[in-house]
Amino acid sequence: MLLNIKDLHVSINGKEILKGFNLGVNYGEVHAIMGPNGTGKSTLAAAITGRDGYDITSGEIIYKGNDITELSPDVRANEGIFLSFQYPVEIPGVSITNFMRTALNAKREFEGLSPIPAGTFLKKMEEKKKLVDIQSKLTNRSVNEGFSGGEKKKNEIFQMAMLEPTMAILDETDSGLDIDALKVVANGVNALRSENNAFVVITHYQRLLDYIVPDFVHVMFDGKIVKSGGKGLAIELEEKGYDWIKDQVVNR
Amino acid sequence: MSVLKNNYLPLELSLLDHYRNNKVKLNNSSHPKIQKARDVGFEEFEERRLPLTSSEKWRNTDLRKVYEKEYIVGDEKPVFDKQINEIFHCNVHGFDTNVFALLNGWYYNSDEQQLQTLEDGIIVGSILSAQKIYPELIDSYFNELTKNSQHGLSAINSAVFTDGIFIYVPDNVTSKKAVQLIKIVNRDTNTMINSRNLIILGENSSLSFLHCDDSINQHFGFLVTNTEVFLGKNAKLDLYKLQNLNDQTTLVNSTFVQQEKNSQLNVNVLTFNGGSIRNEFNIDLVGEEAHADVSGIYLMDKKQHIDNQIMIRHLAPNCTSNEMFKGVLDESASAVFNGYIYVARNAQKTMAFQKNANILMTSDATIDTMPFLEIYADDVKCSHGATVGQLDNDAMFYLMQRGIPESDAKLLLMYAFAAEVTDKISIEALKINIDDMVKKRLRGDLSVCDKCVLHCSTPDTPIEFEIDLSKI
Repeated sequence: MLLNIKDLHVSINGKEILKGFNLGVNYGEVHAIMGPNGTGKSTLAAAITGRDGYDITSGEIIYKGNDITELSPDVRANEGIFLSFQYPVEIPGVSITNFMRTALNAKREFEGLSPIPAGTFLKKMEEKKKLVDIQSKLTNRSVNEGFSGGEKKKNEIFQMAMLEPTMAILDETDSGLDIDALKVVANGVNALRSENNAFVVITHYQRLLDYIVPDFVHVMFDGKIVKSGGKGLAIELEEKGYDWIKDQVVNR
Repeated sequence: MSVLKNNYLPLELSLLDHYRNNKVKLNNSSHPKIQKARDVGFEEFEERRLPLTSSEKWRNTDLRKVYEKEYIVGDEKPVFDKQINEIFHCNVHGFDTNVFALLNGWYYNSDEQQLQTLEDGIIVGSILSAQKIYPELIDSYFNELTKNSQHGLSAINSAVFTDGIFIYVPDNVTSKKAVQLIKIVNRDTNTMINSRNLIILGENSSLSFLHCDDSINQHFGFLVTNTEVFLGKNAKLDLYKLQNLNDQTTLVNSTFVQQEKNSQLNVNVLTFNGGSIRNEFNIDLVGEEAHADVSGIYLMDKKQHIDNQIMIRHLAPNCTSNEMFKGVLDESASAVFNGYIYVARNAQKTMAFQKNANILMTSDATIDTMPFLEIYADDVKCSHGATVGQLDNDAMFYLMQRGIPESDAKLLLMYAFAAEVTDKISIEALKINIDDMVKKRLRGDLSVCDKCVLHCSTPDTPIEFEIDLSKI
């Protein structure tokens, strides 16, 4: 199993957000995590990637056989965990090109490889830009600075393509996207799917899952998964809304 | 009061003695304007004395310990028997300048030629020579602006200065090659050096001037400089100040500028190192549509101190000014920024903007930032803003989530922060090199280039300002 989250409890400022979360992800799988707002979906992404301020009070995150809860964010990233941010950060003064070259070389150093030659790097940039329909001008600009919502999300998928993660988490990648941008982003993700990686797609709406078709759908409510199923569950949710799940949980 | 008056600090006593003992020599064959400046400067110094923290504008820059040291004040003129290019190589790649130097406060020249006319028509030389060759310019310009200073250091500089650089750009002459002034201090004792510069740009003229303050030994130095700058109609001056001094050096640098109609001033103050540095700018916009762009970056650590005092006075309508100072303060470094914009009643349609942003890397680093606007006109656009913060946590996490280690992520963000100022440098070769200096300074390690994440343009060539001391 690539990722195995066991009975995870996470608090922010003493307030428990994840309350016994369990999830197993195998290589080659796409898992969708759905659920109403405020149920802990983004907290899950932050806990897996090691963000400060998210206290893991109990439970384990086993990734490639090891508990990663004590590792720093950069080490987790270099181990192959990637987060496509819900709100990508603007970083004025740092060009995307320099950013990607630095990130790629950090990963290569982690793997004991020498820095990527400039020519190879630029070729790779060109190739991956096409994947998400990024105009070449964009990469000379500062990271996310002045980007539209759609450009920011495309840029996230572009970075994912560059870094080739094993475990990618897409946090609300569909938010703020029109249908054309959504298709571009989804096509990018689909092109990267393989037997050697896996995806966790966090989304509020079923819409994205028409394009990134999941193997499993999980519904989160109040800090844990309350229902799991196949891709049909997403369609059922779309028809019945989340109240249907809430009722089931409360009446259980 | 009399008790206070008599309770002189050691440096005050040295300065009073020095002037009284050397008055005749200092005034020897001087232009009357210079003689008068020395006399008036001394009187003002007797009254004002050295600035202490009890004075509002010096509240956060405490030089008492500097004043308590013993210094040699003034100096005999050294013998210059080498060409400047034999002893000094400024290794700023691809940046070709006309290099001039002040050694221990004296204009450095190895031949008798005290004033030179450069290829493009700019006249450069010693201010002591200029008083003989251009008495009418000294008469019109010398010591006209220093009255804007309020403190005794500037006053005593007028009284006891040894020498300095004189630059005259005649009407309609434009600079083709930047003029670079290197100030070198090489003494085996603690030394106070007072130098005095005068820069005059005629109508429709232009000049790029790079002013480097370097120190090269480990003795305590106290450098005080007054620079007066006049920009005629449509004149344009790019002024770069590069400050890279040892931790024992104190520098008080006062620059006074007067700008005529439609003139343009671009200042970039780049402070990389120094024990205690104070940069004062007093800029008077006296002609309509004059523009002043004053920016700076300071990267300080250890117990270093930097104080930027920027006073811009809008005295005519339709002028614009822009100030942007940014700093990164590490360890126990401290900084002061005091930006003062004055808009006179008749200075309608003024646009004046001011920004000071700081990153404090530790809880011991401090910044005192005081933006100040004094506006008497009613149709103006003015703004000021000051920020003090740490590196953006969201940006740090974003970079680290992409696999970049914490130390490198910090470096990238600090560099990006500084780049907003260095991007304003209009001479491309200088910009690239300053950029590299920023990178190397931030990294704090000049030797390990290959693993650096900043990818500077000349990784194999360390930046050097090489001065061959054996030849001096």
